[in-house]
Amino acid sequence: MSKYLLNKFLFTVDRDPDLVERYRAEPRATVEWWESTYANRILGCHAGESSTWLSFDDTEREALATHDYPRLFELGAHPFLTLTLFIAMFERDHPPLGFQTEYARRLAHVRLPYPDIAT
Amino acid sequence: MAEVVAVIASTHHPFYYRASTATGAERPPFADEWVRKVMAFRETLTRARPDVLVMVGSDHFHQLWLDNMPQFLIGKAPFYDANFYNEEREFGLPRMVCQGQEDLSAHLLREGLDAGFDLAFSNELRIDHSITCPIITLRPQNDLPIVPVYTNIFAPPLPQPKRFVQLGRTIRELVESWPSRQRVAIIGTGHLSLELGGPRQFGPHGPDPEFDRKAVEWISTGDIEGCLAEVTLDSLHLPGNATHGFMDFMLMMGVAGDGRKADYVDTYDLFHTMEAYFTWYPDGGGGS
Repeated sequence: MSKYLLNKFLFTVDRDPDLVERYRAEPRATVEWWESTYANRILGCHAGESSTWLSFDDTEREALATHDYPRLFELGAHPFLTLTLFIAMFERDHPPLGFQTEYARRLAHVRLPYPDIAT
Repeated sequence: MAEVVAVIASTHHPFYYRASTATGAERPPFADEWVRKVMAFRETLTRARPDVLVMVGSDHFHQLWLDNMPQFLIGKAPFYDANFYNEEREFGLPRMVCQGQEDLSAHLLREGLDAGFDLAFSNELRIDHSITCPIITLRPQNDLPIVPVYTNIFAPPLPQPKRFVQLGRTIRELVESWPSRQRVAIIGTGHLSLELGGPRQFGPHGPDPEFDRKAVEWISTGDIEGCLAEVTLDSLHLPGNATHGFMDFMLMMGVAGDGRKADYVDTYDLFHTMEAYFTWYPDGGGGS
């Protein structure tokens, strides 16, 4: 399990307007493309330097591919990253603050302590 | 030596800019009172007549990332571009450029390292809303050079709360030992109770009004000892999952000093979060 890689997906998609739209429209295809081409990029390095070992497990891949943000919360993805990206994708489909309150409702079953987000 | 002419701590609500500039049907009902409070808060900085601003905040996974995450970082650059695409998108924040004060940055880095803080630094730092929000609220003309100080309240493992207090005390000492005749305001922003991406987010108030009440009491009375006795990295999960941002308020309590009552205190109970504004004048009066 890699909370780090989940966060890296959320981080890199959220900060690219084209990827935000692509992930909204085609989540499964975007996750597959990202894992095969982007997951091992070292973001703070010169282009061309990569890692060799990063990949999602099946649970993580499925959660991302189905836009399942409650599941991402349970898996320990960083809540700020998840919230920010999902607001970018779905706030437009709701009245003001409607998506944010629905988001809270879908997590209403969660009790303290929340899943550990340390990476 | 330089003089610390004001110490200021506040929340950094990214929606203030949009709420305060909205007109007609777009203007939320709480905007006018919010603007009134911010204008009064702004006056507490203006009257101190600062030349330089030390700005304490926290990057929200913008430039700083998990492949190389500093705990405490000081910017040292002639300029700082500011705000990011996703802050424009979600909050409507404008792109900005701030001027840097590199001499003070160099002084804080050298002396901070020698004082036992292994500070990271950045010579090309794009700052985010934790620093631009207080510029928008307190100094919208953006005409003063800054020294950004970033803390990690976001990506565990985090430093302990007492370390934030210690860094605040040290920053105060180091600014006062800066061989310059400039007037320095030290401004830091954080959160009271806050939930982001969890079940308690975006409620009618902050997620834990009782924590907020205690926090305002600790800050406004300078009760560092009482605050440190109750606040731990574990306890901060209870009021809301983003409440570790309160440690930046603790840093500012360290800057202000043990037992030092704030000279100006105001709060505003909004949906989602309690806004809080504090100013201390080290010379007792402000603007003298």
